[in-house]
Amino acid sequence: MNRQETTGTARIRVDQKLIADMVTPGSRLIDVGCGDGVLLDLLVRERHVDGRGIELSQEGVNTCVARGLAVVQGDAETDLHNYPDDAFDFALLSQTLPAIFDVKGVLQELLRIGRCAVVSFPNFGYWRVRSDLLFRGRSPISDNLPNAWYESPNIRFFTLTDFMDLLAELDLTAQQIVTIDRRGHAQSRSEIGHWTNLLTEQAIFLIGRN
Amino acid sequence: MTKQEPDGAQSSGEAIAVEPTVTDLPGHQLVLGEADPLLLASGQMLGPFTVAYQTYGSLNDDRSNAILVCHALTGDQYVAETHPVTGKDGWWGTIVGAGRTIDTDQYFVICINVLGGCMGTAGPKDIDPRTGEPFGLKFPGITITDMVAAQKRVIEHLGITKLFAVIGGSMGAMQALEWASRYPEMVFCAIPIAGAARHSAQNIAFHEVGRQAIMADPNWCGGAYYDQDVDPERGLAVARMAAHITYLSDSALHRKFGRNLQDRQEITFGFDADFQIESYLRHQGRSFVERFDANSYLYITRAMDYFDLAAEHDGLLPTAFEGSPVRFCLVSFTSDWLFPTAESRQIVHALNAVAAAVSFVEIETDSGHDAFLLEEPEFFRILSGFLSGAADQYARTSIEASA
Repeated sequence: MNRQETTGTARIRVDQKLIADMVTPGSRLIDVGCGDGVLLDLLVRERHVDGRGIELSQEGVNTCVARGLAVVQGDAETDLHNYPDDAFDFALLSQTLPAIFDVKGVLQELLRIGRCAVVSFPNFGYWRVRSDLLFRGRSPISDNLPNAWYESPNIRFFTLTDFMDLLAELDLTAQQIVTIDRRGHAQSRSEIGHWTNLLTEQAIFLIGRN
Repeated sequence: MTKQEPDGAQSSGEAIAVEPTVTDLPGHQLVLGEADPLLLASGQMLGPFTVAYQTYGSLNDDRSNAILVCHALTGDQYVAETHPVTGKDGWWGTIVGAGRTIDTDQYFVICINVLGGCMGTAGPKDIDPRTGEPFGLKFPGITITDMVAAQKRVIEHLGITKLFAVIGGSMGAMQALEWASRYPEMVFCAIPIAGAARHSAQNIAFHEVGRQAIMADPNWCGGAYYDQDVDPERGLAVARMAAHITYLSDSALHRKFGRNLQDRQEITFGFDADFQIESYLRHQGRSFVERFDANSYLYITRAMDYFDLAAEHDGLLPTAFEGSPVRFCLVSFTSDWLFPTAESRQIVHALNAVAAAVSFVEIETDSGHDAFLLEEPEFFRILSGFLSGAADQYARTSIEASA
């Protein structure tokens, strides 16, 4: 399995490439939890976005700023309220949602400061995750979930179907759903059925306000 | 403080002229405000007056590579060369120079001695043509806004319509913020380092201690000491010693000096400099008075005390940056207790509130406020990255603008 390709010094994951495809070139966006800035850098260079970032770890922030990115140290849970309504065309949350305590609050904030939100996350309904629990009796460890249970930043374990339910509850619309299987094969979908939930390793949602 | 529009407004009273200082200092001097005096925040008019500045590197053909470096309280325009008075290296020679982080092969670097200063720019030690005597305390009160308004005239004189970057630490950060807030169309990116949007009560308190030390020196004579044989050196030295402590950190002091004794094995039960830290501070005080004017110290500390960017905008800091096209990079240092990270973060929050382009890093160091002047590889790496990223964006926007 090779889900990573090399561009320059930064490795761009398949989900990051798919997110880049969802974003309108030249738009204003914020990447919440931008890590070391690989995705944001890609968006600024190739999609020519006016990009900002927030990152919790100081090390990540320093790397981002040294790359020339407009990134500040901050916490998605507490610092999004500083931004005005409609400040961005897109608010990105890439692989960060499982580590969020106030999931509803953060999603609502993303869709207040951004006209759209792009959210990607690993699917806990994926069959390998289920089989780890069912047959091995152990918490899953995979490329998407690389950390042992005691050191994982993830505190929310949810499936594609769970997330669909939450969007409905929050009265938000998935304008686009892209699922990625273990071979890195991406597919656009309009709804999530049982098999999709079982075969999808990770997913990217483009979410709009209703 | 009431809001005053600096510069360009109509004169009400007679302008205060400052006789040009004749110096043999290296660098450039420019007489400003002859026809069009500078309206100061105090409401007084200033002009003509002299401004001294230094440049490094050369301005490119489209005048797009200019970086204004703003110096701190006791700094001056000699950023990257041997200081003409002290013989020491330039105060930012580690950052500014050929092949350095701010590469003078690439950028045209300008540093201007601030208004009220004592290295060739008009200040209290200059002659008041009305009396033929040095101004002393008759020199008009100066603010950060006034300093920046004077700098703007120098930049315009150089034919530069837009600075690529304005960068400065401490009081230099205040100037960078003021530039970005008041003249955003003239600044592509602003880099306020170890700064604040307002001087805190604690910092005003420390400045007041320094000023009181100067004014308590019998040689100060109400500021009219220039025709005497002696200057208020003791007072100024004590002011510098007290201030110097605030530039360091407890752990840096402990690391450098601990409780080590100075040139002795035993304590003396006297009041000589028993400890190394005492000896170090005394040396700092002594060497400072050789190059700095006590009245300038009063005026410039006051300018910092008066700085409050939010107050100029009805108490709302975000308003100071509303719609700003400027790209900001704020830097703070973990052990800086004079301009702590919280101060920078407050500016970042204000910039976020107007969705401005802002980068903010906190550098781990035990060197305190002084860290911005020292060899801090992580800081250099980030500054270099930010500048090259901003240079790419600047080139792109220039191409788009001309297309």
